[in-house]
Amino acid sequence: MADKPTLFYTNMYESNVGKIAIVTMDNGEDYKKPSTLGEKALASLNETMDRIEADKDLKGMMLCGKHYIFAAGVDLMQIPFVNTFEQGRQGGAAGHAAMKRIMDLKIPTLAAINGVALGGGLEISLYCDYRTVSKSVTAIGFPECFLSLVPGWGGSSLTPRLIGPEKALELIIYNAMNQNRMINGSRAFEMGLADRMFEAVEFFDESLLFLESIIEGKETVERKPPDMSKLKSLADAARNFVDMRVHGATPAPYRAVELIEGACDLNRSIGECFAEEDRALGDLVKSRQCKASIYSFDLIQRRARKPVGRPQDVKPRPIRKIGLIGAGLMASQLAVLFLRRMGVPVVMKDIKQEFLDKGVGYVKGELSAQVSKRKMTQAKADYLGHLLIPTLDYSDFADCDFVIEAVFEEMPIKQQVFAETEEVVSDTCILATNTSSLSITEMASKLEHPERVVGFHFFNPVAILPLLEIIKGEETDDVTLVTAFECAKKIRKNAILVKDSPGFLVNRMLTRFMGDCIQMVDEGAEFEQIDDAVLSLGLPMAPFDLLALVGPAVAFHVGETLHHAWPDRFPISEHMKQLAEAKITSIYQGGGPGKKVNPKVAEIWHDKGDREFVKEEIVDRLLTNITYEIDLILKEKVVSDPKDIDTAMILGAGWPFFNGGITFYLDVEGYTPKVLQKVFFSI
Amino acid sequence: MKARDVVLVDAVRTAFGRAGKKGAFWNTRADDMVVKVIRELLRRNPQITPEMVDENAWGAFCQEKDQGTTLGRTSVLLAGLPETTAGFSIDRMCAGGMSALTTAAAEIALGACDVAVAGGVEHMGHHPMGASADPNPRFLTDRLVDQSAMSMGETAENLHDMFPEITKEMADEYALHSQRKAEQAKDSGKIAEMIVPMTVYTEHGWVVADHDEQPRPETTVEGLAELRTPFRVMGKVTAGNSSGLNDGAAGCLLMAKDVAKDLGIDYKMQLEAFAYAGVKPEIMGIGPIPATQKVLKIAGLKMDDIGLIELNEAFAVQAVAFMQEFGLEFPDDPRMNIYGGAIAFGHPLASSGVRLACHLMHAFGEHPEVKYGLMTMCVGLGQGGSVIWKNKQRDGQKKEKKEKKERTKKKKE
Repeated sequence: MADKPTLFYTNMYESNVGKIAIVTMDNGEDYKKPSTLGEKALASLNETMDRIEADKDLKGMMLCGKHYIFAAGVDLMQIPFVNTFEQGRQGGAAGHAAMKRIMDLKIPTLAAINGVALGGGLEISLYCDYRTVSKSVTAIGFPECFLSLVPGWGGSSLTPRLIGPEKALELIIYNAMNQNRMINGSRAFEMGLADRMFEAVEFFDESLLFLESIIEGKETVERKPPDMSKLKSLADAARNFVDMRVHGATPAPYRAVELIEGACDLNRSIGECFAEEDRALGDLVKSRQCKASIYSFDLIQRRARKPVGRPQDVKPRPIRKIGLIGAGLMASQLAVLFLRRMGVPVVMKDIKQEFLDKGVGYVKGELSAQVSKRKMTQAKADYLGHLLIPTLDYSDFADCDFVIEAVFEEMPIKQQVFAETEEVVSDTCILATNTSSLSITEMASKLEHPERVVGFHFFNPVAILPLLEIIKGEETDDVTLVTAFECAKKIRKNAILVKDSPGFLVNRMLTRFMGDCIQMVDEGAEFEQIDDAVLSLGLPMAPFDLLALVGPAVAFHVGETLHHAWPDRFPISEHMKQLAEAKITSIYQGGGPGKKVNPKVAEIWHDKGDREFVKEEIVDRLLTNITYEIDLILKEKVVSDPKDIDTAMILGAGWPFFNGGITFYLDVEGYTPKVLQKVFFSI
Repeated sequence: MKARDVVLVDAVRTAFGRAGKKGAFWNTRADDMVVKVIRELLRRNPQITPEMVDENAWGAFCQEKDQGTTLGRTSVLLAGLPETTAGFSIDRMCAGGMSALTTAAAEIALGACDVAVAGGVEHMGHHPMGASADPNPRFLTDRLVDQSAMSMGETAENLHDMFPEITKEMADEYALHSQRKAEQAKDSGKIAEMIVPMTVYTEHGWVVADHDEQPRPETTVEGLAELRTPFRVMGKVTAGNSSGLNDGAAGCLLMAKDVAKDLGIDYKMQLEAFAYAGVKPEIMGIGPIPATQKVLKIAGLKMDDIGLIELNEAFAVQAVAFMQEFGLEFPDDPRMNIYGGAIAFGHPLASSGVRLACHLMHAFGEHPEVKYGLMTMCVGLGQGGSVIWKNKQRDGQKKEKKEKKERTKKKKE
């Protein structure tokens, strides 16, 4: 269903200093559906400007948003329908033409940024002579580059001319490319984006008074002329940063840097700058990266909110106390998460007091860190710390509603701790496992109540990666599943339902990928060569850096599980086995650009093949094989929809928006049609 | 305990809107209107810092939803007053604001606090009168009150029965004068001084609520005569000679006189006395008469000593009855409601008592020759409330001091 269009409403106010037009952008919905600017909004803006230009008595204009929202940017739903350069260019030009009418007014104009101001919503404020911002606003920013676009309704040109290239790059490049970070009202004021900051309580009243005193000439705004002197070095640094992030895999952030640089040349008219923005939009809106980003944005912002596979019409059981088997790093991270998000007692059990002491120390340390970051009061930290109950005795699990294990990845050990737990807990207590590859069904098989066992697979680091795979064993019942989903929601993780199958989803994908990488090294490729080839796809981390993060031993273990299931597609590399056995933690020595292959690693691979690889071949092999694997995953119904795979790879592995996870990329780049004679995409 | 003198430093109000969807405040919360008034009082009086406000007292008839949860305290937090400021809500139906004022004043007088904000609010659009009322059935089964006592319009008709000499024509004539005086006051800019403009959300964008929506300057005797009488067949009470259903908030700053003097803070009037009195619920409009008799007695004054009167015109008949009782000139006594009254401005229940204080404060300013002023109002279910203030904006004030000095000099001599 199409959202209601945002309209511009004009009300005339007879102030003490003359008539002021109060213009409100509003889509008639509550704050949960932010106003966005589309074609109809621009038409409405043009009508409004006709009226305002014609009114010769007007002394000023104030532009506002509805409650809590100024304007949340361009209507993204229009983007998939733009397929040519000219369409994209015109979209930019239409916005520029309408908004520039604000700039060309002879009366003082003020944008009163009362709430969320993103993208086009922030851009329209830049056409006003002055801006005020409410102290309570938390979301101001230019998310365009995050979506493989550029701020193309004036943002790339007006921002550097207002606050200088350094801050413009911070807003448009650095923030957008750091998981779309946004700034708050105070920061916008500090940056000079707004001329005044007022409390939310009387924000429009005080903004009006400010405009009135400007009209009266009682108040003037002093702005420092932007410092353009370091433009070259700032732009180069920004380009390096972008390279580090996307390795050339999406053009938008590079184009944005270019636009900012261009706008800093004050000999160019603003019209010329706007025309450059239009051309950039012409190139970018039709691009594969932009389309993929909009697809990803919709997956994460809308689709992932309602987890697919959560049983309907079944009520979750309450979780009033949680048990944790194990006190290692994973268990300790989970303890922090449960304490912070659920605020229920967490019983942490291990076999040795020293393990417990270490776990408790970690949890308390994390809570203190929250206090020092002022994200939590000391009293709250003390209270939550007090909810952590360390124990060596299973009997302390007696009244737990949800027990999760995070012990060694060995089936007999997992079966044993569940059996011991089952002896003390109630019949309805859920037993969850954080296993990354072992069979849930097998783990449950020896229990009296196998229906209560569910996979609850987190991704490391738990605090950062938002994905949670919920794995249904053969016996797992609906109330267990729905309770697991409810728990995921409370700890603010995006859950997807995955079938009990070796490696589940994300690890199977990554292991297949990694297996190919290692095999190519075995055949003769260089580690660095593989890494560079993968980075050129825009993936956030080079495979051999990822290997170090996961730990070769863990990776090898997961690989073994998959090898056991599908020996052909998941071969065991002898070299990899040696690496794991040698307890070497990383392929490279040092980090960053100067890193070198660890001589011990080189020693292990001393007998590798002598085949020469070119980048294209590496990429081709990786993508061809992953295309097959995805097809098998879907055929086996590990997940039911390619969109689940994309969601999982974005949220669980940090794969970029601009590839649309992975299936979007494979479809558009021709791998799916070539390998499988079809496409993954379906509506 | 020795009582201290209490003074009023300032009073302001929001515009009064019409209750209902077409009114300016339909999409605005009552507590936000209260917050606006509190902040404006402090903005207009920068010598009083938020930290100095000890108490925040608010009257509201309906104390639920946006007028509930102890509005006097929530508005402390919402207005950005320090958390050390205490607050409470109070209800005496139409006299809620007046009671907030006199109760806060009593706290100051007894030394419980030095500075207080007191006000009243009623968003009758959000809280239609009696919408959530659940009166005890005994009122009717035990014949404790006449059925008409629950309907304010009917109590006004009852008052016409009681004073048959007050005709519908007289009520209409009185109403016409109220509208005319309100129009004059508006044109002179007086009313705008009392109102704090407030940006409010509407379905068609933000607008500034800066004027009252109730006044009908176009009112004529002929027009009034034609209005229907909704409370009775062939009755006398019409929408034209009654106050309306409105949304509004009014507040004032009160403090101990000695503290104000120490800090060199200007104040406008000084509380002389106040009193409330009960009457039969079915003729609640008579309330101001016994309440005023009582307060005059307490103050040791006679009606002749009172130079200005602010009476809340819930209904014209009730104002006329008051005028008759105290020998005021009909239809327009120069002392009474010089800027017009509730028939023109509207009557957002609990806010009206404090609006009266706001009007009286301005009237005192224009009439420095007046020494004492009275504000009075009737209250649903049969009460009246009256407050006497001493004018502290008299040019005579300095003269008085001089005279006093001279007198003491003479004594010494």
